Amino acid sequence: MWQVGSTLVGQMTSSLWPRIEPLLAQVMKPARYIGGELGAREPLHEPGRVAWLLVYPDIYEIGLPNQGLQILYEILNEREDALAERAYAPWTDMESAMRCAGIPLFSLETARPAAEFDVLAFNLSAELTYTNVLNLIDLAGLAVHSNERTGDAPLVLAGGHCAFNPEPLADFIDAFVLGDGEEAVGEISEVLLEGAASAERSRDELLRSLARVDGVYVPALYEARYDGMSLSGVVPRFRDVPERVEKRAIADLGDWPHPKQQLVPLVEVVHDRLNVEVFRGCTRGCRFCQAGMITRPVRERSASQVEEMVRAGLDRTGYGEVALTSLSSADFSGIEHAVSSVINDPQCSGQVSVSLPSLRVDAFTVGIAAEIQKVRRTGLTFAPEGGTWRMRQVMNKLICEEDLYAAVDSAFAQGWRRVKLYFLIGLPTETDEDVLGIAELARRCADIGHRYHRNVTLTASVGGFVPKPHTPFQWFGQDTIDQTARKIGMLRDALRGARGVSLRWHDPEATVAEGIVSRGDRRVGAVVEHVWRAGGTFQEWSEHFDLGLWKAGLEAAGLSLDDTVYRHREEHEVLPWDHLSAGLHKDFLWQDYSEALCERGIEDCRWTPCYDCGVCTGLRVEHVVASVVPPAGGSQGTGQDISVGEVTAARSVHRGTAGTAAGGAGDLVARRSARSGSRARKASGERNMGMVGASASGGGA
Amino acid sequence: MIVRMRFGKLGKVRWTSHRDVARMWERALRRAKLPVAYTGGFSPRPQLSFGLALPTGCESVAEYLDVGLETEVEPALVAQRVGPLLPRGIGVVGAGQPEPGSASLQEEVTSCTWDISVMHTTQSELDGALSKVMGAASLPVLRERKGHVVSDDLRPSLFTLFAQHTDGEHGTRLVAEVGTRPRGVRPAELAELLGIELGLARRTCQWIERGGSKFEPLDVQPVVCAVAVERAS
Repeated sequence: MWQVGSTLVGQMTSSLWPRIEPLLAQVMKPARYIGGELGAREPLHEPGRVAWLLVYPDIYEIGLPNQGLQILYEILNEREDALAERAYAPWTDMESAMRCAGIPLFSLETARPAAEFDVLAFNLSAELTYTNVLNLIDLAGLAVHSNERTGDAPLVLAGGHCAFNPEPLADFIDAFVLGDGEEAVGEISEVLLEGAASAERSRDELLRSLARVDGVYVPALYEARYDGMSLSGVVPRFRDVPERVEKRAIADLGDWPHPKQQLVPLVEVVHDRLNVEVFRGCTRGCRFCQAGMITRPVRERSASQVEEMVRAGLDRTGYGEVALTSLSSADFSGIEHAVSSVINDPQCSGQVSVSLPSLRVDAFTVGIAAEIQKVRRTGLTFAPEGGTWRMRQVMNKLICEEDLYAAVDSAFAQGWRRVKLYFLIGLPTETDEDVLGIAELARRCADIGHRYHRNVTLTASVGGFVPKPHTPFQWFGQDTIDQTARKIGMLRDALRGARGVSLRWHDPEATVAEGIVSRGDRRVGAVVEHVWRAGGTFQEWSEHFDLGLWKAGLEAAGLSLDDTVYRHREEHEVLPWDHLSAGLHKDFLWQDYSEALCERGIEDCRWTPCYDCGVCTGLRVEHVVASVVPPAGGSQGTGQDISVGEVTAARSVHRGTAGTAAGGAGDLVARRSARSGSRARKASGERNMGMVGASASGGGA
Repeated sequence: MIVRMRFGKLGKVRWTSHRDVARMWERALRRAKLPVAYTGGFSPRPQLSFGLALPTGCESVAEYLDVGLETEVEPALVAQRVGPLLPRGIGVVGAGQPEPGSASLQEEVTSCTWDISVMHTTQSELDGALSKVMGAASLPVLRERKGHVVSDDLRPSLFTLFAQHTDGEHGTRLVAEVGTRPRGVRPAELAELLGIELGLARRTCQWIERGGSKFEPLDVQPVVCAVAVERAS
């Protein structure tokens, strides 16, 4: 029998804190485990309230800033029928100490054992955290397999971007939520409370009722069928279970001004600043980008709401930095106004900096960056992604060379000395020439820099492409480790002696492990479990990552890298996520893939006619965009002639030499949010080839 | 003007680091909208200057902070405005102004007093260890510094050490006044010297000894400390 608050009956839970505190003297960074953030709640556990433990499967410093988790934390705690606390993965030292002392996973706020909550809800942001998910379920004292959890054991839910291919975790998670969680968490709470007071309800019945909530996928109610070694379908086992689960999408971001009380941690975390989401969704249509595909349509917040959230947030938190977040913040209709209203606010003049993660590449963007970063012009980051115009047409990242060089020129001219460029390798149709185009581009950009400064650093950061579900490239076979390593080697050779250019790359082995999970079917669950049982937690961390464990797991499960990672999928093949929908028609994705192979880009549908990708029509939602015209000076498919993008560098290098400014505070403006894989997340995962030619030039930064 | 504040760090928040505490103050002062002075130059920082670093895990009722302000504000008002904005466990005990022309806290403080609870040790065992340590001519410890192993003598920094027995749950306690020069002594190092297991350590005083007199960096009534302790627990 499953009942809300069943652990409340007859046992007023005592806090584990007296047993936890003695462990803290033995571990690194003990403040990870004390909570106490500004904005944290200590909710009262009582009958009639569904107790959620929101869990981020990585360490505190990485997980705390997660906006998705913070939004749901607030929404649940605002409800009368629910409450929420948080937990993060304890680092290995704390985990051993906890296991030795017999202390289970606990909530930060009231140090309550995880098993005493009604729901454990995991945020899935990256595939390589899956082994941590299993570890945390186990540390909570629960059986890791969902079919072995019985009685009133908490329900284990998961959401987040990776939930769009939940199959590798299907054996371990009771239910997944696809898409925006704002509304779904409330509906789930209501289902859990329904009849809780009166009738006895079995766990199976409960799962059946959950499956009736829009956007909720209960894997146990579906059977994965195979034809020999290939998947032939994932089909409902019961008639009242939907054949296809559609994602949730809130219609108006303006209705959800969360987080209203962003958590301010006592210790330093990543993205340690105020974050205000200016819009959700992106229709730039970059074909490799899962985030852009699964979060459609574009839903902007009004400029006045953004300004209010910034003002109230700065007042409340005391932060000296605010990030206006989205998948491409320079596309926000009110961007110039929003930025200048913060910069010119007498209350925060000179002491508050603005950062815009995920900047578009053009001079317009650099202009905004210049306004923001009046003094400390340390570094600027762009993501051209492809080394040649041809390649950028294939991936539909339509930055023409003119715009790219103009942006870099403008950045160096206005005082920046460090420019970082992100690239992907291993995309469809890629030739050696395209790969070497990255080196050529980096070299030219450094040359532009040298016209303005004696020492500059041009960092080219290269990541191997991992094809993601629900994208036009979902059919494409990923590069092997050797192929990726060879391409990186080519780039190293090509950049040997290039003054001011530094090459960094993501570990090709980690890229392949991510590929196993990214498009894996239900059988990959055994691989994840194998890696976890062999001690492979924290696989996002280079010091713990071990491809050997993944290979052994594949072998034990009778699977291969060839089949799960390297193989090109066929057009009509059943994909493991076909029964789940992000709103995108499969034939739209295939059509777009075909366009890619013909090196044809398509424009942004925010400002141009609809391509019928399926999202707006299928979900009955629409773009919410204040501006009816594309932002000024933009390239990337905003009304430009996308048949021409290639120009010589020489034509543009003398443009945009605005004077350098002085005064004010700033930080790295253009930081990149993790979009495709983990490569942007941890510098530790990147190996630095060092400053190529640094000894000759005397160093850069 | 400089406003000097005395504050406590008690309870769970003791597990944060000295740098974390500095950031808590920066944010609280910004929220209080006090006219904090900023350093000039490439990356402006608020003008905050802390005294001795407090080791992570230790409590204190005697931490000090000097804040540079651009305009004159009554010190008590500064404390009143910023106090409620600090995290639970960080409590302002008092505020005032340092003597004009006095050196920084870091330069001025010559010693501090610790109140340390000692685990699994009887008072007589502790007394024995104390007389041995205080009777020693030198107490060399090896420490790695910048890749080199160096030997420090801790004996000159041990001013007074005595055991105190209470009937409360804390049992035996060690009260120690240790100097800051040539180097300070952490509670963990004291425990190592004495061969005892360290319980909760709380700094109770910082001292400035100058021209034959000994005083605290700020004059505050001890009764306020008790209030701060209460607020944290």
